Formats: sequence, C-alpha cells, structure tokens
Amino acid sequence: MGRYITRRAGYCLLSLFLLSLTIFFFVRVTGDPAALLVEPGASAEDIAAIHHQFGLDRPLWVQYGLFMWTLFHGDLGQSFYYQTPVFDLYMSRLPNSLMLAAVAMIFSLIVGIPSGILASVRVGRFWDSAGKMFALLGLSLPSFWVGLVLILVFSVYLKWLPSSGAGTPLHLLMPAFALGWYFAAAHMRLTRSSMLDVLGSEYIKLARLKGLPEALVIAKHAFKNALIPVITLAGINLVIMVNVAVVVETVFAWPGIGRLLYEGITFRDFPVVQGVVLLGGAMIVLVNLLVDILYATIDPRIRLER
Amino acid sequence: MAGEPLLRLDKLSTHYIAGGGLRVVRAVDEVSLSVNAGETLGIVGESGSGKSTLALTIMRVLPMAAKIVGGHMWFEGEDLVQKTDAEMREIRGKRIAMVLQDPMASLNPLFSIGNQIAEPIRVHERVSRASAWERARGLLKAVRIPSPETRVKQFPHEMSGGMRQRIVGAIGMSCEPRLLIADEPTTSLDLTIQAQYLNLLRDLQREHGLALIFITHNLGIVAKMCDQLAVMYAGRLVEAGPVSRIFNAPEHPYTQALLNSIPRMGERDQRLTAIAGQPPDLSALPPGCAFAQRCPQAFHRCRSEAPPVLHPRPDHTLRCWLSVDAPAERPRVLAGAAAV
Amino acid sequence: MSTPSDVVVLPSPSPTPRRAVRRLAIRFGDFPVIPTAILLAVALVAIFANQLAPHNPEIGSLTARFKPPFWQTGGSMKYILGTDQLGRDVLSRLIFGARVSMVVGIMAVLVAGVVGTVLGILSGYLGGWVDQVIMRVTDTWLALPALTFAIFLAAIVGPSMWNIVIILGVTYWTRYARVIRGEVLSLREREFVRLAVVAGCSKWSIMARHILPNVVNSAIVLGSLMLGVVIITEATLSFLGVGVPPPQPAWGLMLSDGKQGLMVGYWWLTVFPGLCIMLMVLSANLIGDWLRVKLDPQLRQL
Repeated sequence: MGRYITRRAGYCLLSLFLLSLTIFFFVRVTGDPAALLVEPGASAEDIAAIHHQFGLDRPLWVQYGLFMWTLFHGDLGQSFYYQTPVFDLYMSRLPNSLMLAAVAMIFSLIVGIPSGILASVRVGRFWDSAGKMFALLGLSLPSFWVGLVLILVFSVYLKWLPSSGAGTPLHLLMPAFALGWYFAAAHMRLTRSSMLDVLGSEYIKLARLKGLPEALVIAKHAFKNALIPVITLAGINLVIMVNVAVVVETVFAWPGIGRLLYEGITFRDFPVVQGVVLLGGAMIVLVNLLVDILYATIDPRIRLER
Repeated sequence: MAGEPLLRLDKLSTHYIAGGGLRVVRAVDEVSLSVNAGETLGIVGESGSGKSTLALTIMRVLPMAAKIVGGHMWFEGEDLVQKTDAEMREIRGKRIAMVLQDPMASLNPLFSIGNQIAEPIRVHERVSRASAWERARGLLKAVRIPSPETRVKQFPHEMSGGMRQRIVGAIGMSCEPRLLIADEPTTSLDLTIQAQYLNLLRDLQREHGLALIFITHNLGIVAKMCDQLAVMYAGRLVEAGPVSRIFNAPEHPYTQALLNSIPRMGERDQRLTAIAGQPPDLSALPPGCAFAQRCPQAFHRCRSEAPPVLHPRPDHTLRCWLSVDAPAERPRVLAGAAAV
Repeated sequence: MSTPSDVVVLPSPSPTPRRAVRRLAIRFGDFPVIPTAILLAVALVAIFANQLAPHNPEIGSLTARFKPPFWQTGGSMKYILGTDQLGRDVLSRLIFGARVSMVVGIMAVLVAGVVGTVLGILSGYLGGWVDQVIMRVTDTWLALPALTFAIFLAAIVGPSMWNIVIILGVTYWTRYARVIRGEVLSLREREFVRLAVVAGCSKWSIMARHILPNVVNSAIVLGSLMLGVVIITEATLSFLGVGVPPPQPAWGLMLSDGKQGLMVGYWWLTVFPGLCIMLMVLSANLIGDWLRVKLDPQLRQL
C-alpha cells in the first residue's frame, strides 16, 4: 500500500506542476501579461515598470521559476481592488463558501439518495422514469437561472426569503437549493446505478434466498454497499461545489470564493482571478489524492491488490 | 418410495418475458419431477438449459423479467406457486435453502461472517442475538472451519475460497431446512477442496436427513452424490430416473450424448464425442423436439411434433419419440407422414 | 400483498402481423420526436433570424422600456414578449440569441470533438510517452472544474463570440480524449487492425482508415451529450460578463440584464431566456441519451 500511495502522491505533484504550467502558459500565450497585471488605465511607463518588476523581460523559463518561487512562498500577489494579499482574501471568504457548499451538499444528498434508491427498486416503472426526468431537468437547468426564478418567486412575489446577502440561516436556503439542485441530480443518478449494480450481485440474491424481508435486504445489504461510491463522489463534489458556486454566489451576492472570482472579473483584478483558479485547482487535485488514500485504507481489496 | 414426495413439481413453467410480451424465453417448460425426503436429485444440462432458473423458481427468487406462467410446486403438501410473497419468505431459508455458485460473490463484503450466518436464524426463529451467534459458531464447527470463535468476527475477504464456500453452506444449513438446493456449488473450487466439500454436504445430509437438489453439469459429481438424475435440455426435462439406470442404460439420445462426452478411465482409445451443433434459441423453439436438430437418430416426427412425456417404468421419465415408435417402424411413419 | 408478484397468467400471443408492427415500434418507437423537433426549430429560427425577428435586437426605443408581454396590462402586440431596460424587443433578442447559442454550441463541440478525438486516437494507438503526456494533461485538466477554467481563460483573452468557441473547445476536449482513448485501446487488439498491421499499413493510415471510422459513433454520441453542457457554460460565461459581449443578443447576457428588473418584478426578462436555454439543453440531452443507447452500447455507463 505504501507504494500505491507514493505513486498517487507522485501523480498528484505532477498534476500540480501541470496546473501551474497551464496557467502560466495561458497567461503568456494570449497576450502581454503586463496588460493584465497593471491596474486598468495605467500609462506606458507603468507597463514598462511592471515588465521589469515581474521579470517579464527575462527568458520564459526564468519567468516560470520566479512564478513558482513566489507560489511556494504562499504569495499569490496583491489584489488591485482590495489592496490585500490574494491568499488572505481567499481564506477570509473560504468559510462562507464551505458553509454554503455544506448546506447544498446536505440538500443534494437528502434529495438524491432516497430518490435514487426509489428509482433502483422500481427500475423501469413509474418512479424510475420520474426520477430520470428529474435528473435530466437537474442537469439541463443552469443553476443561475434556478436562482433567479427562486428570487422571483420567494423574494419578489411571496416576500418570504431575503434575495441576497448573508447573515441569517434564511439567507442560505435559496443559494443552497440553487447550488444543490444540479448535484442532487448527479447523486441520484449515481445512487441509482450503484444500487442496481449491488442489487444484481450474488450476495443480494443470497440475502433474498435466506428469506429476509425485502426491506431488510435493501436497507442492510444493498444500501451500505451502494453508498460507498456515492459518499466518495460527494466528498469530491463538496470541493467542486466551492469552485463552481461562482454563478450562484453572484446571483445571491453570497460573500464566498465564487463571489470573489466574480469581483475579480468585473474589477479586472487579475491576481485575484489567477489566485482563485490556482487554489481551486490545487484543492481538487489534493482531494482526489485524499480520496485515493482513503479508498486504499477503507477497502481491503485495494490494499491487497496493489 | 411410499407416500407423497417432499417436493413434487407438476408441469412447472417459467418464462422470461421481455419487450411487453414480444419476446418470450421458455427457460423452464412444463417440468415435472419429484424429490423424496433424504434423497439427492441431480439436475444436469448444458448452460442455458434452464437448470438455474428452475432452482430460482423453486425458491421463488426470480429476476424481474422471469415469471412462473403455469404448473404447481407441491412441497410438504402445499403449493408454493400459490404462496404470497410474505408466506414464501417464511419458507425460504427456513424450510428450503439454497447455495449459490460463486462463494466469492455470495457473501456481503461489509458484514462479518457471524452476522451473515446468524441473520436467517434471527429472522426465522426470532431468537436473541447471542444465541443466534452461538448457533453460528456451532455451524462453523459443523462445516469444519477451525477456530470458529475467532472466525465469526472476521470478514469474507479474510477467508479462502474453500472456506467461504463452506460458510455459504453453513448459511444454507442454519435453519435446518428440509431441502437444500445447491447450484453448481463447486465450480469455482479446485479438485481437492471440491471433494472435501462434497463429502461435507453428504455428511450433513446424513446427519439431518435433508433432501438435496444438486444442479451441475459435472456428471462425475452426479455419480458420486446423487440417487436420482434429471436431464434438462432447452428448458424441458428429457429424461429422469435413478442414477444407476440412467448411467447404465440411457434412453434419450441427448442423455446418451452427454454420457459419451465424458472420458472414462481405462478406455483410452474411446473417442470423446462432443455434441455437434448449438442448443436452440429458447425464444424461438422449433415445433417438435428441441433436440431434434442435433439428434443423430431424429426422424420426421421429431421435427414436427413435440414428444409426449412417457413413463417406461414407474420411476423413469422420458420425452422422446424413439420410445413410442420402435426403430423398425420408423420408415413407415416417415412414409405415412409424407403421404399426409 | 394478495397475489404473488412473480406468478402471472400468460396472455395469448398476438397474431404475427401486429407483432411485426410492434417490433418496429420497439426499434424506432422511442425516437425522441419532440426534442428533435425543438432542436430543428431552434436551428431554423437561428438561420432565418433576420426574417423572423420583428424588431432590431440591438437597438431599442427608450420610450418603450420594460414593457410587459402582451397579455399583461401595459403590454401590446407590438412587443409580444415585452421589452428590456433599453426598450429592446425580448422576442427579437431571443430569436437572435438562438443563433449565438447554436453557433457557439455546435462550433465548440466540433472544436472539442476534433481536438479530443485526434489526441485520443494518438494517445491510445501510439501508447508510450505520447500516451503518458496526453493522459497526464487530460487528467489534470479534467480535475479542474471546467467552469472555473473557462472563466479564467475568458478573463485573460477577453470577451468575443469566437473566443468563447475556442475557450469551450480547449476546456472540453479532455472528455473526448479520455473516452476515445479507451475505445482505441480495445480496437487496437481487434482482428482487422492486426491484419492491417501484418499487411504492412503504416501507423498513420491505420489510425486514419481503420481506427477513426470506428470511433466516430462514440464521438457523435459524446458530442450530442456535450452540446447541452457547452450551451449552459456559454450562457454562464455571458451571464458573468466574460462571454458574448453586449449588445449582442445571447441568452445568458439577457439573463444578466434581466437581473436589473428582477426585484421590481419584471419577470419576463428572466423567465423567457431561461426557458429557451432549458428547452434546448433538455432536448440535446434527450437526443444524446437516445443516441447513446442506440449507437454505442459501450458508452451506456457514462
């Protein structure tokens, strides 16, 4: 198992390297990075100064070295708009994003898992088709539109919920629903297919042959096994939620990382945009590694195989 | 044997129905046979001949597309076909148990061995957890698993294949059933372990007086284990009777071909005759005998009319035209048929 | 339960002619007629936008701002679906928006499809270090949340419709590469490819003449499934202000504009563009699902 984890960690490092290379490369290939690094409306002298300050007049590989050097020191640059380090900004917004993602995740699991189980137990019948339709709708509705319609109904017409901002639990309801909607569909699909896999297995057949009540077969023998991939995906999705919440956070003015990214775009605050993308990518790469390790420790079969 | 057999199937049919009734696979087609208490019945046939479906039909644990479309299953005086799902659940695992083919896959990886053996005992006999686990330990000892005290707490992946198969056997025996169905229980085991397992099953059978149905395509196992033999082909029963008679004097050409296809000790020069051709598509069976296309002795009538169920002797069932029309008369029949 | 669930009375078989008809129905009966009709309609609207739109989509009259749809008080048949904050006709903008969605959707899927398929074939067939490099990049990019990555690219290259096409292509080619590579790996072991190798065909001609035609099905299925994803991403980018630049009429942009009137209840600015996106994406997904089952059994797990 030690070798397996070492190899995974190696891949992970390689991925991080490729990630930094991708971002570095794209910024430079698409034009003069100085144009992105200066504040809007800067003069030609300012641009020249930036060129020198960031070493943009030096060879590419030196530039990359400098880029990585600052990254290793946790320095993602300074936000033009807030005049504070990007890393600090990121960390100050992260709790809000995590809270939103956690509530959205709970919502998506509460909806996705039972409906997935229902669909798998009634495969090919009414509830299965209804679930399939629901999943397709979940995947076909842009989350920001769901958010806008929610505001229209619950804030503008019914006046039940605040339309934007943070502070009370009520503020969380609509953004969490809008964000969780898509993931509820994804979790339902996975629960269904995972349950179908398990229900077709020999040990479920044996459980039925033992004369166990069907409810016990589903609840004890199928559910626990079927849940493993769903929980794994949910773990990865939690991190993805933090990173794709940008539209939902924009719609509801939720002060999270997504909102920070949106501000970075609208204020042309390039260090913020680059920092959010870099940290988001790194977060996902690391979570994937964590999941691999967890799998290896939980599932004895992987432990033995590798 | 006097009196009513333990299990008597009467024209039992199970079909797979797909495409809203457009495609019907006759997996089990009007099968009648019986098993007496304490006896062992072997059911043989090629894969796809319906033996496994027959076993699942007796247990009433069929895949969703499969339906029992006719017949009766008399078990201790009750018709299992008429049972509701709830009534059937009380019989399953308690009075009739079944052991599946694959011991690796038939244990749930997430629960301990003890939990899985104690489970049917707790469900069927409503005893306390402690006493069910006590019985689980006893069962492990009965299937000759060393140090059952520690083994009950272990998980399936900590066991060898042979051990797991014996555990599956222990689960089958847990509520002391009257009938145990074993569906190819030894295919995934190597030969020594296979022999051990078969001996174990036979000892258990002797101790508890239970009836065994052995589903296999291994005629060696049949010779070793079984009293009665039923041969299935394309969902139908083609020949059934005492093992010794069928082995010595098979009457159905398919049974003959099957027996010819096993190598025998000492007859080194004898040619192994594989059965030519493919079994028919069960969703589009020919009008006559299902074996007619591959049968070396088939004549005209075999292809046009399904053979009747015959009982040449009281304990012998046969489904073949050859026994109705003596070989000498065959040309006459052919000619007669041509004249019609 | 009174009747057992697995015991049935067999219905008598229906006569053969009707059976044949029903067999046909089973093969073609689940063809998604309505989704296909919707997508065709959107395509026609996009092509004939100039003829169909009652008003200029980019120029409005400031005297006719925030007009509701015709059935509400204050609405008129002149602006059937109302007007926006600049007095532009919503229906006309929706019609021209179909053009943007169609062009961006199809072009981006093509770019992603061509790049991903080519790299997937190279990776799967050549193996070795080529495979290693392509797959490492693919895995890293797949790990990035596509939306964040697209936003980043859009932020550095600046908004324009063709930039969006390129960005979406660059973001989504990895999904093709993964699937196609898997297919090629199994194709490579197949008899006809081995025969071609023995017959002395060059690597390149094997890839072009024997491998490519066999992965086209998968690429088409994947493309139809990607269409919905791409359209949603385009709308999202436009909504965030890094997609199609104003005043061009894109559905995502219309939703972004609609935000201004949302709190005072100008619902038509939000509801109509969203419905258009939903209808189109839902149709694309339904067709994709159907194609997946019909064309490519291997992709069913996807």
